[in-house]
Amino acid sequence: MSDLIRVVDAEQATRNERKALGFWIYIMTDCVLFATLFATYAVLHGNVFGGPAGKDIFNLPFVLAETLILLTSSFTMGLATIMAAKGNRHQAYTWLAATFILGFSFLMMEISEFGSLIIDGNGPSRSAFLSSFFTLVGTHGLHITVGLLWILVMLWRFYKHGLKKQDLHRLSLLALFWHFLDVIWIFIFTIVYLMGSLS
Amino acid sequence: MNNLREIIFGRLTWQAFQHDPIMGGAGVFMVVALLAIMGYVTYKHKWGWLWRNWFTSLDPKKIGAMYLIVAFIMLLRGLADALMMRGQQALASGANGYLSADHFQQVFTAHGSIMIFFVAMGIVFGVINLIVPLQIGARDVAFPKLNSISFWLFAAGMIIINAPLIAGEFSTAGWLAYPPLSELQYSPGVGVDYWIWSLQIAGIGSLISSINFVVTIFKMRAPGMTLMKMPIFVWSVLGSMVLVMFAFPILTATLGMLSLGRLLGMHFFTAGGGGDAMMYVNLIWAWGHPEVYILVLPAFGIFSEVVPVFSKKKLFGYTSMVWAIAIITLLSFTVWLHHFFTMGAGADVNTFFGIMTMIIAIPTGVKVFNWIFTMWRGRVQFTTAMWWFIAFVVSFTLGGVAGVMMSVPPADFQFHNSLFLVAHFHTMIIGGVVFGAFAGFNYWFPKFFGFKLNERIGRWSVFMWVLGFLLAFTPLYILGFMGATRRLDHYDASLGWQGLFIVAAVGVGLILVGIGLQLLQVGVSIWQRKQSLDTSGDPWDGRTLEWSLPNPPAEYNFAVIPTVTERDAFWVAKHNNAQPSTDYEPIVVPENSGLGAVVGSLALVFGLAIVWHIWWLVIVTLVGVILALIISLTRDEMYTVITTDEIKQIEAAREGAAA
Repeated sequence: MSDLIRVVDAEQATRNERKALGFWIYIMTDCVLFATLFATYAVLHGNVFGGPAGKDIFNLPFVLAETLILLTSSFTMGLATIMAAKGNRHQAYTWLAATFILGFSFLMMEISEFGSLIIDGNGPSRSAFLSSFFTLVGTHGLHITVGLLWILVMLWRFYKHGLKKQDLHRLSLLALFWHFLDVIWIFIFTIVYLMGSLS
Repeated sequence: MNNLREIIFGRLTWQAFQHDPIMGGAGVFMVVALLAIMGYVTYKHKWGWLWRNWFTSLDPKKIGAMYLIVAFIMLLRGLADALMMRGQQALASGANGYLSADHFQQVFTAHGSIMIFFVAMGIVFGVINLIVPLQIGARDVAFPKLNSISFWLFAAGMIIINAPLIAGEFSTAGWLAYPPLSELQYSPGVGVDYWIWSLQIAGIGSLISSINFVVTIFKMRAPGMTLMKMPIFVWSVLGSMVLVMFAFPILTATLGMLSLGRLLGMHFFTAGGGGDAMMYVNLIWAWGHPEVYILVLPAFGIFSEVVPVFSKKKLFGYTSMVWAIAIITLLSFTVWLHHFFTMGAGADVNTFFGIMTMIIAIPTGVKVFNWIFTMWRGRVQFTTAMWWFIAFVVSFTLGGVAGVMMSVPPADFQFHNSLFLVAHFHTMIIGGVVFGAFAGFNYWFPKFFGFKLNERIGRWSVFMWVLGFLLAFTPLYILGFMGATRRLDHYDASLGWQGLFIVAAVGVGLILVGIGLQLLQVGVSIWQRKQSLDTSGDPWDGRTLEWSLPNPPAEYNFAVIPTVTERDAFWVAKHNNAQPSTDYEPIVVPENSGLGAVVGSLALVFGLAIVWHIWWLVIVTLVGVILALIISLTRDEMYTVITTDEIKQIEAAREGAAA
């Protein structure tokens, strides 16, 4: 019997190794997806078709607040990972919950930004610039939504099962995903919002 | 009342099911055939067996077989489309032919999309699933469940692209759906939506598969098999899958943007609103050109296995072959603009892409010479697989030369969108991918069925195919020079093209004879299988690890994972008289999982719902997919363990059967 446990454990370990590589590769394919959307935005950002340009609609202080919230959430996610690795269930749970709240606030701010643009008649069908803006930023928002869902599932797992080995591995992938979204946002903040406000 | 109907059924109405006799007939045929199969399965009480042994199986050999079955059925569908087009163009000299212009456009769009996405891609993923784990000495792929999901997404996409035969119409915008024609304004119906969602769903499956196989190849090779000791087929798969990884996200994003334009009125590619139609053409070919190499690299790999085995020599220039694959992988992202030199990007841009296109022909040429030098001074056995290789080299070289002609931008202004181009890419894809698949089929068939295919009928099928193939496409090269553009549903009689179009139609008829002979070959081989049984597991005196296994390989492939010291690992082991080890360890295999079939079914309904704007169903299926994934991913993984005693029993039984 111990023979079987050994074999299954070894299998699980190599599987986690494969998963980690596979997840990195997935993130790379996601980079290509975002690269395509960034390229589209770069081509179309000047095509305002009589509508507003970036500098007319971007509210930089608001976006800066969004950015800081998301960056902080990456920090809390890091803390959650460290605490979970140390076996401190309570702390891991708390920091993960904090990450969720921050991520959720970010998402709500983005939705409110989109909502006010649409109400003002500057929705995604207004011009090519706005189409590419909504799609690029919205795709990031969609990823954040998936991440939030994942955090919820993780929280539920921690609550129900404690810090199982397999869940720690899942948490490390979740953290990777979350930090990746942070990096993408930095590019959005710089290329879309900062450069858009300049010109 | 009307409002309620729209909420429940979206834009689906009774009128959608009414078709002209030809399309309706095809739809009825499809439904009857499907019902007949389902009736037979019910009659034989085989649903449970089908579900347990096939639909939920995570064995890559079975998943690969299912890919190939789907690809074969789609090959027949695509071939029927080809026959209709050749018939139309043979008849439509100064007349209208028997198809309406609208129907003709649907036929060529369906032909192209189906042949690339559901035949060629199906073949590629089928062969990879069957062969790669065996060749690298692995028991499974890295992510068995994802593999099953990939297949079922592929199957869902296949059903969606065939659904227009029953409800609505298909896209008339060509296989790459260029805007502005594919925009809502000019294609308001469901056709383009069918096209988008079929490709989107199947494409995500391909993307997942690529991650799966890259990890499999990097992480699961037998001990001792360094990268430079991998069989060349595995190298070619690695190149192809890396291309999928980089190219398919571009397709996903591009289709997404086209769809957002159609669903939410966004302006990416519209002429109004500041969109840029040429951006679509750039994006779709930034995916589309690598796609060509995604398909053809594995075919190169198959030939690199077939030629050394039947020449009784090791492959000439292994290292240069690897570098050729790597360089093709890299360069295939630098040539996409040669698909539209006429866009007007300017002389500098066109020159760059023209030169890059000429450069990418060099590593391909290196490969052709490597194969030929492998044959040189070898003891060449002219088996069917080898004849397919010879047919390939001839047609691929001819097509390749035509390709280099088109890489010269000024000349391309003449060839662009002409039948010359159509002839070129058919020479490459049929001559490369399809002939490669047939060579592989003849070569690996005994591994999975335990007997060889009939050589005599096999050779005749090659000859008929090649003859038909030359007759079908040589006239198109000539017609292209005469100014015939692609996608003509009729032409003026005074142009004098009809004779050549008739020759081309006869050629397709001969290809049909070739396919008939192939079916006959399989039938006769099954009938006379006693005479061509292979009990050794190594009918061709093979060189790679799959031939070290009995036919067919056990579920776990290798009872003991082999240790590799050299290239052509099995050849070396054979010549050192190495005995397979019997130090069995318990083997862990994943339990069957219905996740793939569930996600695939939900994706199918999701796709159909979004095509017909049935929003409630879109939401329900989307939530369903998310729930299915959460439930499955949070569950602890289930394994079955095969104990050493069981392995001993299985292996002994297999040896008994073989002896």
